[in-house]
Amino acid sequence: MTLQMEKVSIIVSRGSLDGVYPGFILANGARMEGIEANLFFTFFGLDAIHRSRAEHIKVATVGNPGLHLPTWLGGVPGVSAVLTHVLEKRMEALDIPPVPEFIELLADSGCGLYACKASVDLFQMDEDDFVPQVAGIITVGEFYEKADGGQIIFT
Amino acid sequence: MTTRTLAGREVEVDPEGFLVHPEDWTEDIAHEIAREVGITELTDRHWQVVRFMRDRYLSDGSAPSIRTLGKASGVPVKELYELFPKGPAKLAARIAGIPKPRGCI
Repeated sequence: MTLQMEKVSIIVSRGSLDGVYPGFILANGARMEGIEANLFFTFFGLDAIHRSRAEHIKVATVGNPGLHLPTWLGGVPGVSAVLTHVLEKRMEALDIPPVPEFIELLADSGCGLYACKASVDLFQMDEDDFVPQVAGIITVGEFYEKADGGQIIFT
Repeated sequence: MTTRTLAGREVEVDPEGFLVHPEDWTEDIAHEIAREVGITELTDRHWQVVRFMRDRYLSDGSAPSIRTLGKASGVPVKELYELFPKGPAKLAARIAGIPKPRGCI
């Protein structure tokens, strides 16, 4: 079918594996349909584009009832790392790239990647903290300018 | 499913214009579909992607993801989007005469 939608801007606000991937898959899927796409990273979502943290994005094992694990077990050291490893292997089998490679794929696909200025200031970061694919640190007003005329999705 | 004439052949297509039977495909059909999706001329680089898609589909039974396309077709992701601005995997599949890719990546 011919899509009416021409642009989508996706906000990634969380820094867990399940907080990051939905936004990435939505953005990549949009580009694959010929839809313009932007990703706006705010709060802990900034970890997904952080130079040293992007490759260490983990599944949240505490306070995550979807995992069907006892809460005490989720807090045991190493459980998050092991579960993350299991999910990463499954994703690789499904041809879903790891976070750093996914960022490259998105940037090469023409998706705009932006960091939220308020969060960057809050966490006392600057542009050197981010992977080179990040096109800029922008204010909420600039985000709306980029998102103008399209849909906005908050994840 | 509807029947239509592409490059002088009667072929069955799905509602989005993808060939239902990959064996109906010819290079002339590829040219005609390409023009329909706004690609006026299929260059060697287009053909490299289209042939890769078709070969993978015929050997594996499914179309490759954009990730695999970028890594293994010999055409990097950035160029894929330059060649097929409205979606490389989808358009290359349609031009290659194979079903629409079903993956989310």
